[in-house]
Amino acid sequence: MKLRDICEKLNLKVAAGGNGLENDITGVYICDLLSWVMSHAQKGDAWITVMTHSNVIAVASLLELGCIIVPEGIEIDEDTIVKADEENIPVLSCSLSAYQLATAFNEMGIGK
Amino acid sequence: MEFMKYTFDVEKDDFVRAGEASSNIKRTLRELGIDSAIVRRIAIATYEAEMNIVIHSVGGQVELEIDPNSIKVTARDRGPGIPNIELAMQEGYSTASEKVREMGFGAGMGLPNMKKCTDRFTVESVYGEGTTITMEILLKAGD
Ligand SMILES: Nc1ncnc2c1ncn2[C@@H]1O[C@H](COP(=O)(O)OP(=O)(O)OP(=O)(O)O)[C@@H](O)[C@H]1O
Ligand SMILES: [Mg+2]
Repeated sequence: MKLRDICEKLNLKVAAGGNGLENDITGVYICDLLSWVMSHAQKGDAWITVMTHSNVIAVASLLELGCIIVPEGIEIDEDTIVKADEENIPVLSCSLSAYQLATAFNEMGIGK
Repeated sequence: MEFMKYTFDVEKDDFVRAGEASSNIKRTLRELGIDSAIVRRIAIATYEAEMNIVIHSVGGQVELEIDPNSIKVTARDRGPGIPNIELAMQEGYSTASEKVREMGFGAGMGLPNMKKCTDRFTVESVYGEGTTITMEILLKAGD
């Protein structure tokens, strides 16, 4: 599903990387340990994480993830926003928890 | 493809530029038209080696060498070295500080990831001198 449609459905706010809203999201991965994400997340995944420093952008870019979603209204570092725009990695924020996001993705048939 | 070699400096504790060497290496391999699954494996292994230089060493370099048969990445630092390589290789083993753990590092998965992603993997380390990690992916016709 196109990220643009997911943002609309789940009411996600685009914090950075708005050029990537046409990305096709093909899966979901939830984890905050970067080297664990490095070895398990797949290209095209929506990555849900509470980490918001700029190294998450490097990880997402190297793995060609579809977007980063920051749950529970957590604030995103300014450096991260700048880097996300440079690397065209969409970063979205929302008030939902990681669990609520996961169930919503499941209902949309993504990540099965 | 002829023989090519690129070197990137990696600074200790520089979390702002961290990942640039890996990102440059990934871009270089993509531009050469290397198979995307291989680019992904090299990108993962290189990122882990680069971050270990940033987090655990006093600084070093990452070097990329490409020839028709293989892609080789060497991560070399100037110390302090790894006292017990066997222990360091264990999944979950980490000496990362509280500060870097708060950033999501320190799962103790970096070295195992490097090994898993590459065809040849060696760690040489002299405590008090430094560490050299050599990783190689072998290319077949068509990669
Ligand atoms: N270049 C290095 N110089 C000195 N020590 C190192 C170096 N690389 C790894 N180590 C040691 O080996 C341990 C394991 O490394 P590994 O990359 O597997 O895990 P980590 O870096 O601690 O955590 P993660 O990579 O999962 O974020 C480190 O905690 C550190 O003690
Ligand atoms: Mg590591």
